[in-house]
Amino acid sequence: MQELLVISGKGGTGKTSLVAALAALAEDKVLADCDVDAADLHLLLRPEVESVNEFYGSSKAVINADLCTRCGRCREVCRYQAITDGAPARALSGSGQSPSSGSRQSTPVFQVDPIACEGCGVCAHTCPAGAITMKSNLAGYWYISATPYGPLVHAQLGLAEDNSGKLVTQVRQEARRLAEENNAWLIITDGPPGIGCPVISSLTGVTLALVVTEPTVAGWHDLERVVKLADHFKVPVAVCINKYDLAPEKSREIEAYCYEQGLAVAGKIPFDVDVARALVNAVPLTACSRGIAATAVEALWDSLQVQLVKAFNSK
Amino acid sequence: MIITVASGKGGTGKTTIVTNLALALARKMPVQVLDCDVEEPNAHLFLHPEFQEEEEVTLPVPEVDSNKCDGCGKCSEACAFHALAVAGGRVITFPEMCHGCGGCALVCPQGAITEKPHRIGVVARGQAGRIAFAHGMIDVGHPLAPPVIKAVKKRAAGEGLTLIDAPPGTSCPVVAAVKDSDFCLLVTEPTPFGLNDLKLAVGMVRELGVPFAVVINRSSLGDQRVERYCRQERIPVLLKIPFDKRYAATYARGKCLVEEYPDWVAAFVGLWQEIERLVSQHARVAGN
Ligand code: SF4
Ligand code: SF4
Repeated sequence: MQELLVISGKGGTGKTSLVAALAALAEDKVLADCDVDAADLHLLLRPEVESVNEFYGSSKAVINADLCTRCGRCREVCRYQAITDGAPARALSGSGQSPSSGSRQSTPVFQVDPIACEGCGVCAHTCPAGAITMKSNLAGYWYISATPYGPLVHAQLGLAEDNSGKLVTQVRQEARRLAEENNAWLIITDGPPGIGCPVISSLTGVTLALVVTEPTVAGWHDLERVVKLADHFKVPVAVCINKYDLAPEKSREIEAYCYEQGLAVAGKIPFDVDVARALVNAVPLTACSRGIAATAVEALWDSLQVQLVKAFNSK
Repeated sequence: MIITVASGKGGTGKTTIVTNLALALARKMPVQVLDCDVEEPNAHLFLHPEFQEEEEVTLPVPEVDSNKCDGCGKCSEACAFHALAVAGGRVITFPEMCHGCGGCALVCPQGAITEKPHRIGVVARGQAGRIAFAHGMIDVGHPLAPPVIKAVKKRAAGEGLTLIDAPPGTSCPVVAAVKDSDFCLLVTEPTPFGLNDLKLAVGMVRELGVPFAVVINRSSLGDQRVERYCRQERIPVLLKIPFDKRYAATYARGKCLVEEYPDWVAAFVGLWQEIERLVSQHARVAGN
């Protein structure tokens, strides 16, 4: 089984539109959206959710007000300033979490700010009164859905939650399980932006990473950082320059850079209003347009299939 | 005053807003730009600051004295992040996993654990003309952004205007950036993606209790749904920047709108005046 991960260093390069367009071209595959922080692929693939599953992130400290003697030891040892003495901590009520430790009594109690708490458990270890327990925290959901283009595993992390890396790992595991079940040869994964923990979790062990970039100084800068990261994890990289004709000079510079680095430029996609139109109508580009961008994506897909085989064989 | 510019997602033009606003206002008042998008800081590519100093950001990670350690394993039991393992009576540490909580040193019965600083990124500070500038950058391969963001935010000066370029998304790094701001500008695009991400971002700032408004970028490439949503939710839309191939080319070369199209200066000054008005309105409503 092979896995194609589409990443971009930064959001907004057209990564998700491209994944949807590839999804409409590839056969026998499973789709995964690992951008769990701001999942968007479902907007283009119109999934019918078949199963909803809870995701538990790191635990958070909870203080039992009846046992607490207000000695203040926990606040001393907490390095994240997550313990407040009395003033009700501001709790996020965002999707999928309600660690409401806030029994608001008239006497001030020590409380845990669930946003600041990293779940290290140091307070629970040191509280002399045994008043602190660590409770695992419902941090989001992941879903298996049916789409016109094949099964999709996607997720949504609750607001202000950490642990997106863990949720990414969960999504990838499920995608692999589904791919095996369905005898699919390929998983196409929409990766998270950036180079932080969610990207690291989505990179490890993929067959090929396609980095989507734009011909701008910022795009180039982000490309360099993400290529370094992929290198660090020994994942082969192919590059796609989106809207290359908006700044042809910059595109040429990026191509020259790729050549120097030994990176294949698998495709160049021109600016085309059809892309925005497809997005607004919420359909994959290649399912609704025969325009210049759609044609370029088809050529990209041909070249990616070759790159995938190459990467797979050299593993 | 601290204004944070955020968006549910990257690539919507956060950096464009931050840099143009900074350049438009720097003639009138002291302005500071803090780029907290520490995974991919880009503001410096447009403001071209001269960097004067660079400082490492470190986390305290454990160092185990093998003469004192008897391999009891209490430290690895206590570590919630699996940054310590005991194998064959010896402790192995994984500094990339460590959150620097200090728990292992606290629980070690032999007093065998001390802490040493482990580099996770840098903060660089400098000056871009009249604009004071700082940004953070995590080391490639190191997953922990919030400590680097906090280190950048420590550079916030008291006077004048501080503009923070936040990381994308709505998870912990963004919260670390938006927290304690006086105002938050959410940059979005008029597409289904833009709307979806905007709704998430609105949920986040509302929970943090920071007053906010919206800027719509590439406003001519899309539909009306974002504006309709803002109207329904009574969220002010303070500025719209249409898509223009010339603007895209300006951006591609690392130039700012207000430099090449001076007409935009007034628009960004107007944006600032609106923000000032909304901040004082919010303060009145909040009763101080
Ligand atoms: S250490 Fe325990 S008893 Fe002391 S203030 Fe914290 S929770 Fe209360
Ligand atoms: S400092 Fe905290 S996170 Fe780091 S190794 Fe020790 S217990 Fe684990």
